Amino acid sequence: MEFEKTLNKKRSGPVLFSEYKLGEGVKKALEIGRENILFELRDSGLKGRGGAGFPTATKWMLSAASVSEQKFIVCNADEGEPGTFKDRVLLLEYPELVFEGMIIAGYTIGAKVGILYLRGEYEYMLKSLEDFLATLRKDNLLGENILGNSSFSFDIHIRLGSGAYVCGEETALIESLEGYRGEPRNRPPYPVNTGYLGHPTVVNNVETLASVPHILLKGGQWFKKHGTDKSTGSKLFSVSGDCEKPGVYELPWGTSIAQLLEIVEAKDTKAVQVGGASGICLPKSQFNRVLGYEDAATGGSIIVFNQSRNMLKVLKNFMEFFAEESCGQCTPCRIGNIKLLEAVEKIEKNDFTFKYINNLKELGKTMQVASKCGLGQSSPNSFISILENFTDEIFGLNGKGKNNG
Amino acid sequence: MLVLEKNALSEEIENLVNQFGTERSALLQILQAIQRKHKHISDFAQQEVARLMDIHPVEVNSVVTFYAFLCTEPKGRNIVRLCQTISCDMAGKEKIEETVQRELGITFGQTTKDKRITLEFTNCLGMCDQGPAMLVNEKVYTKLDPETAIKILNEIK
Repeated sequence: MEFEKTLNKKRSGPVLFSEYKLGEGVKKALEIGRENILFELRDSGLKGRGGAGFPTATKWMLSAASVSEQKFIVCNADEGEPGTFKDRVLLLEYPELVFEGMIIAGYTIGAKVGILYLRGEYEYMLKSLEDFLATLRKDNLLGENILGNSSFSFDIHIRLGSGAYVCGEETALIESLEGYRGEPRNRPPYPVNTGYLGHPTVVNNVETLASVPHILLKGGQWFKKHGTDKSTGSKLFSVSGDCEKPGVYELPWGTSIAQLLEIVEAKDTKAVQVGGASGICLPKSQFNRVLGYEDAATGGSIIVFNQSRNMLKVLKNFMEFFAEESCGQCTPCRIGNIKLLEAVEKIEKNDFTFKYINNLKELGKTMQVASKCGLGQSSPNSFISILENFTDEIFGLNGKGKNNG
Repeated sequence: MLVLEKNALSEEIENLVNQFGTERSALLQILQAIQRKHKHISDFAQQEVARLMDIHPVEVNSVVTFYAFLCTEPKGRNIVRLCQTISCDMAGKEKIEETVQRELGITFGQTTKDKRITLEFTNCLGMCDQGPAMLVNEKVYTKLDPETAIKILNEIK
């Protein structure tokens, strides 16, 4: 089935999927001015929606404060985490929120150029997004003197990625934009000071930017009413795997995994992978944990596994992914992921000692601290959590292993 | 490569460089344009890009070899990429894989003899709720079953 035909389903939700009229956000932003935008954002407690959870207001303030001839806004639409597809929905169905978020960010920090870094896999969206940008230019929401404001001009370009997961890391993304291999940089300096072409750059996730127009219109306090103390607002969850109703759901932070499973009508669930391949795998005993930065953090990916799934195979799929997507720049990640994959293959062939497995868990922990960027720091998560939470299944301690032993 | 072909390619790359500029930040866009049209970026094309942008050819090669969607060896006229990541895998990727391989008589990573199709695996396409999914060039197809997958492949030229 060709994908475009499956769209146009009506969505609803507390923040992002609530009613919105094109242009309202930018109009309000120009009315209240830079300081009040930053105030509302800080009040809202909005944190980065890509997974890392850095406070958005702080990021914007830092780059607003840095002095430079040029500044840039980059929208990170390199959504590559396995099991994540919320940005696809936002870009196809709510492009006004994303682009207006970028325009507002540009106004706030004093940037004239915004860049949408769209992953190569999403090239089929390019035409509709370019068309939408043309509409915005016609409505004077983009271009010179936006909405008659003589001190504010801003335009957005779209740049395509070419199939590299690591380019979702903000400094790798900037390298890629600059025409280099997408290898992450050392931080500091952070992009808010030294970003694209050495200029201050704000790199925000699609969903983060899309939240901004709603926050300005309805206020930081309103946004805060949703969610928990540490995780304010709502979140888009991309749910896939063994459930009746996979798809994108907007739910307040603080929703428990059990509640989510009920909403998506998952039955006979054995495990839930929270946060994609780089996240953690939770067994049934932990389904009471809540989704939020303070407990089970996620960029939105939720993959459901029912009783029939073999968790070792799941783990193998994840490790193959990381071994392939590691950029190869730093040793812990380049070699570590291959070693972890080897271990999974050895377990599969029943050719291992527990000493070896424990050593590899230690290696995983080393990778978490020694890798240069988030890829290597988080790739051992699934290895460690699956081996620890599903010990009996994987090492055959119940069922046939025990009887044979 | 014939001299005529070389000249045509040089001219084409010159036009691209004129369009995107000679700054380093234009490199990926230029390479993407060459890849889109020729389905690979040959050694000669890499050298031409390097010459026109005034950078070392190794720099160009290092970028081409980094990105999964850029390649140095010729491929088929159409590149079919089947998603191999977990959700599509659970939704029946293997069946699609087997059927497609049998039908085309090649395995993943290979190109058909008539240069019509190259089969490849790719990582998450962001279609996890509608798997199995595959990309045909830049177009995406979802909720595949073996029969429709074959139908789609038969339709491409």
